[in-house]
Amino acid sequence: MTEQGKERGTSLLDKSAAELADLLAAGETTSVAITQACLDRIAAVDTDIHAFLHVDAEGALAQAAASDARRSAGEPASPLDGVPIAVKDVLATEGLPTTCGSKILEGWIPPYDATVVERLKDAGLPILGKTNMDEFAMGSSTEHSAYGPTHNPWDLDRIPGGSGGGSAAAVAAFEAPLAIGTDTGGSIRQPGAVTGTVGLKPTYGGISRYGLVAMANSLDQVGPVTRTVLDSALLHDVIGGHDPRDSTSIDHPWASFAEAARTGAAGDLSGVRVGVITELGGEGYQAGVQQRFDESVALLVKAGAEVVEVSCPNFVHALAAYYLIMPSEASSNLARFDAMRYGLRVLPDGDPSAEDVMRASRDAGFGDEVKRRIILGTYALSSGYYDAYYGQAQKIRTLISRDFEAAFEKADVLVSPTAPTTAFKLGEKLDDPVSMYLNDIATIPANLAGVPGLSLPAGLAPEDGLPVGFQILAPALADDRLYRVGAALEALLEAEWGGPLLDQAPSLSDVEPVETPGGAA
Amino acid sequence: MPDITRDEVAHLANLARIDLDDAELDHLAPQLSVILESIASIADVAAADIPPTSHAIPLTNVFREDVVRPSLTAEQALSGAPASEQQRFSVPRILGDEQ
Repeated sequence: MTEQGKERGTSLLDKSAAELADLLAAGETTSVAITQACLDRIAAVDTDIHAFLHVDAEGALAQAAASDARRSAGEPASPLDGVPIAVKDVLATEGLPTTCGSKILEGWIPPYDATVVERLKDAGLPILGKTNMDEFAMGSSTEHSAYGPTHNPWDLDRIPGGSGGGSAAAVAAFEAPLAIGTDTGGSIRQPGAVTGTVGLKPTYGGISRYGLVAMANSLDQVGPVTRTVLDSALLHDVIGGHDPRDSTSIDHPWASFAEAARTGAAGDLSGVRVGVITELGGEGYQAGVQQRFDESVALLVKAGAEVVEVSCPNFVHALAAYYLIMPSEASSNLARFDAMRYGLRVLPDGDPSAEDVMRASRDAGFGDEVKRRIILGTYALSSGYYDAYYGQAQKIRTLISRDFEAAFEKADVLVSPTAPTTAFKLGEKLDDPVSMYLNDIATIPANLAGVPGLSLPAGLAPEDGLPVGFQILAPALADDRLYRVGAALEALLEAEWGGPLLDQAPSLSDVEPVETPGGAA
Repeated sequence: MPDITRDEVAHLANLARIDLDDAELDHLAPQLSVILESIASIADVAAADIPPTSHAIPLTNVFREDVVRPSLTAEQALSGAPASEQQRFSVPRILGDEQ
């Protein structure tokens, strides 16, 4: 264990991205120093956390040195120039492995960058490496990674959420100040909730998906994973905006999200109408989750917000609709892994045909959850079942959008707990798909309707001492409201806690290495 | 809604081009039945006149200027291929003996 591994509390590692940017601007530190501190921290704790699938120390330090040179010349490329970042392994990175947590892409090196990655590079953020995830982003625990699970920094025996558990854990364990995630049914927000971090899913089309390996095109979005609301906003300003290479990207004049977060941090929510969603709470939600949620709502009232209760009656059908639409799209998307142009190729004995090779390669390369979803999707789309399943699910999608429209007539933002429970134990739900799927019950409606959602920490559940997430939802294109309300709530909560929630997380400097239960690898 | 049988799962796996072995079929079929049971509730939710939504925020006629831009070289495009020959992807035989 290096010194950096022990020194959390006094080092650069504790700083938010905004604070690091200020230090860099003031000439009080360098990007190389920050990047090296992160790399040392990764070396010290990642054998326990396993947030990273690939660390690019050499590349990150070279990018950091280039950033410092720009800074010395008085030409920083962006406010975050020099602040290092980790990227979920589902985004293409030129010259760096991109596996999507799957054996079928083991060793694949993309020949191009995703637009988001290109924007990070253009803005001067050194890329520390690629983070662990459920295979092809299918899961809520990161246990479906073919390379073994990630561990929750609050309790190494527990899941860090999923599918983006690696990005959330990297940020929660102070291995990186910033990370990129993706969210199809909650894969940014639910890991944020269970690791005590902040994550945002933008309005559908708000952040480019060019270079994102698709799971479900009508649902997938890229977004920021951070420790503070302002950091998410700063990162969103860097990666967001129209991209002609993504035909679903919205051409919209986005205002500065950082500005919205700074406005919110003043803590005044006078005139803001907050709707508490009746259907997302109460029965099925852990008592401590509900308690911290209710306390946060009370703080919003204290800040001047007007709180109303709103009913979204069709949300109870969201999970079922999602588990038809998502596998249907995934089964089609994953057909591209055919062992012909890239990825694993398994050659059966004899004189195999191309189809024999596909069958053998896909059996060997895909894990259980991916197979489950491909088969489920193939079933839902097959003749005779299409109307009953996929067709119905698409109609429910319309009903859910209508629920949102009606709710947003009564409220500017809607709120709920992000996840029904705190982090569960590794292995606990690994072979019980339906129970695993329930983790996303509160996050899925936003994906189905394309509206933006943010999760931020609401405290620790009294019964288990684990982080609870608070979800805020806004109408499409109104992502700025999430940053304003989120930053206000964060400021009020931190005033009560006497600092960020993650100050209460274990230091990880003296943890014992743990065995991997259920060993997916 | 019907249960999904082991034979059906085998058929679907064949359509999806995945070689499931017997153990996988034994494991997957009951799991898929449980999943289908848990989502069966949606069958009667939406009335016939509710239009389906495929994309929540649909965009139509998304065009860009038709201009030549840099693209991958053949070498880059083939860099991840399991096998290649003469600047082409090399694949196993596609036709059967009798075809």
